[in-house]
Amino acid sequence: MTASIDDLDKLASGDPTRRTTLPQRTPTPVDLKARRIGGFRRSDVLSLAGAAVGGVGVAALLFTLLPFSGWMGFLVVSYVAFVGLYAVLVSLDEDFSAVKDRIAAVVIHSLAFALLLALIFVVTFTVIKGWEALTNLNFFTQDMQNAGPLDPLTSGGILHAVAGTLIMITIALAIVIPLGVACAVYMNEIPGPFARFVRTISEAMTALPSIVAGLFIYASLILILGFDKSGLAAALAISVMMLPIIIRASDVVLRLVPGNLKEASYALGAGQWRTVWFVTLPTARSGLMTAIILGTARGIGETSPVLLTAGFTAALNLNPASGPMVSLPLATFEFVKSPEPTMIARGFGTAAVLMFVVLILFIIARIIGGRGAGNLSRNQQRRSVKRSREDSQRFTRRESARVASEGSNPKPSSGTPSLDFGDTS
Amino acid sequence: MDGVVEPRQLTTTRSMTDRIFRGGISASGVAVLVIMALVGVFLTIRALQALSQAGLSFITTQAWEPDGGNFGIAAVLTGTFLIAITAIFFAVPLSTGVALYISEYSPRRIRQTLISLVDLMAAVPSVVFGLWGFFFLQGQIIGLARWLSTYLGWIPFFSVDGSDPDDPLSTATVFTSSTFIAGIVVALMVAPITTSVMREVFSQAPVGEREGAYALGATKWGMIRSVVLPFGKGGMIGGTMLGLGRALGETIAVFMIISPVFLIQPNILQNGTNSISALIALRYGEATPFGTSALMAAGLALFLITLVVNFIASSIVARSRSGASTD
Repeated sequence: MTASIDDLDKLASGDPTRRTTLPQRTPTPVDLKARRIGGFRRSDVLSLAGAAVGGVGVAALLFTLLPFSGWMGFLVVSYVAFVGLYAVLVSLDEDFSAVKDRIAAVVIHSLAFALLLALIFVVTFTVIKGWEALTNLNFFTQDMQNAGPLDPLTSGGILHAVAGTLIMITIALAIVIPLGVACAVYMNEIPGPFARFVRTISEAMTALPSIVAGLFIYASLILILGFDKSGLAAALAISVMMLPIIIRASDVVLRLVPGNLKEASYALGAGQWRTVWFVTLPTARSGLMTAIILGTARGIGETSPVLLTAGFTAALNLNPASGPMVSLPLATFEFVKSPEPTMIARGFGTAAVLMFVVLILFIIARIIGGRGAGNLSRNQQRRSVKRSREDSQRFTRRESARVASEGSNPKPSSGTPSLDFGDTS
Repeated sequence: MDGVVEPRQLTTTRSMTDRIFRGGISASGVAVLVIMALVGVFLTIRALQALSQAGLSFITTQAWEPDGGNFGIAAVLTGTFLIAITAIFFAVPLSTGVALYISEYSPRRIRQTLISLVDLMAAVPSVVFGLWGFFFLQGQIIGLARWLSTYLGWIPFFSVDGSDPDDPLSTATVFTSSTFIAGIVVALMVAPITTSVMREVFSQAPVGEREGAYALGATKWGMIRSVVLPFGKGGMIGGTMLGLGRALGETIAVFMIISPVFLIQPNILQNGTNSISALIALRYGEATPFGTSALMAAGLALFLITLVVNFIASSIVARSRSGASTD
């Protein structure tokens, strides 16, 4: 529609023949289908596939024409060719920033894929190489006392290493859990310059390399105090290594306990000990368990402190205080030193058992833990609701009992209302 | 009334249980401090015996013959750093990629699984990585090492003595047990740790800024480069340093792969290297009391280095913008 100055003048002068004219709308077809804003277009998929085929083709060509060899080189060359071809294909119908976006996406996806693949490969490689040893039942029920390096896999096993690992980690946990958690509670409950100092020192000690922890126990307990190499010494070395890790992790978890929960407990008249025992620790329980279990996984897998302090034996030794004792990682290390294929298979089998133990610990940690302070699992929620319902019924019963006794003896109560916590008595 | 009001004295009378409780946890705090101090002080005192005899030559000597009075950490310290730097060189791009994938690209359904998987990988014992490196990687990587030394040998770090690319019969053993292989294995060990720090920080990048970048027409990569990476810079550096600290102190995987030499070996593809922790694992058994003291000094040096690295890492992570949103 056009409107000239004349038209406006006519309008202003009130010419009845010149009215505003409505534009004639020609109905445009409306696309009612929702536009797809995610997902792949056909050209995306095609250019990816084309670039992949082209990349492999270029690599194959280069490897037949030029003196290249080796599957690793082939992979690298085809990957580089793939990325180059993909960039060319995308740039045919997109602008430069879109090309950069696609290349970045492809590179990030392949990096992630490569790392995960490599890590999974490391794990499966161990299990496959150790499978021969793992399938013999005696591998779990015997020690290596009567099995020489040349004996077949049907004799000898790692019972001594499993027992040693369990004994060492039990002793270490018996030291580390009470001491570590109490120290973390101390840093949170009695804050001050000294607590800050303890926190700084224990954070610094997380940097202690595990071999230095082993060297400390070796030089102090074994060389100076004259104890023999034993399971106890190894457990102490593992404790020195695990203690800062557990303290730090528990400290972080305890710091997340909401302050208003603690204040509510104080306001109801509970003391510090009751508040810590009935409010702080239960609230942080899931996180604390996770911290402890992950620290345990680290402690079980460490070889170097045990290497320096436990000695080596092929026989089952259940007494941590005397005689050498061997753990799973140390047994792996000693097995693969041998050139015999059966011993190497035993080493891989031992490593697979060790990984299995770590996996179990990890799964337990995931099941009971991994929640923030105060976030309850469904079962815990149900129990908490049940407890609170019981409390409420108890309150009602008491209230009605009070009313009944006042009814029979109408003397107004003058004392302060007494509080009774069901769980503190 | 003169208007001066004395503040009321607030006193807390604690019950007997509370006093015992406070005493107990304070005692545990003191006990932990004593244990930690004992480790540090004991290491220092035992190390001083060797350090006072060696003096400054402790840092400049390459050989390790403590009973002959000729010992130092020049070779092992260089080896430790070369292995750790090789590891970081491989681990940082890998873990940045994985962290970005998990926080930006992965489908939401599998994200939690991937996070658990990375955490689980961080808990895999180092002896497992050592096994893999020694029995698998060693044999496969020689081709790549030979290629690097043939075509990039003019770069000082990549040259290899005793390898002749024109001689097809030249032995491949010069490429085994090298810094390069140990570095790759350690890279796989530290990558999960670095990844998990980086992912944590990337996922905290503020949604408002992400959407702002999209609204201004950024592609996904443009958004990552202008919002996520600058936001996560502190976490990336901190995670890298944390990985470096682990890489410096790694013992058993390195010990299984390398063949120890007591010379500064700058050619990372060449057979033979060393590290402080491998030195301790190698020599503790046969050491005389003075030799143990020398090993203590080496251990102390390693501890101080990892301490500094960890301290820098945590202060960078704490000071980065991560965790604070812009409003």
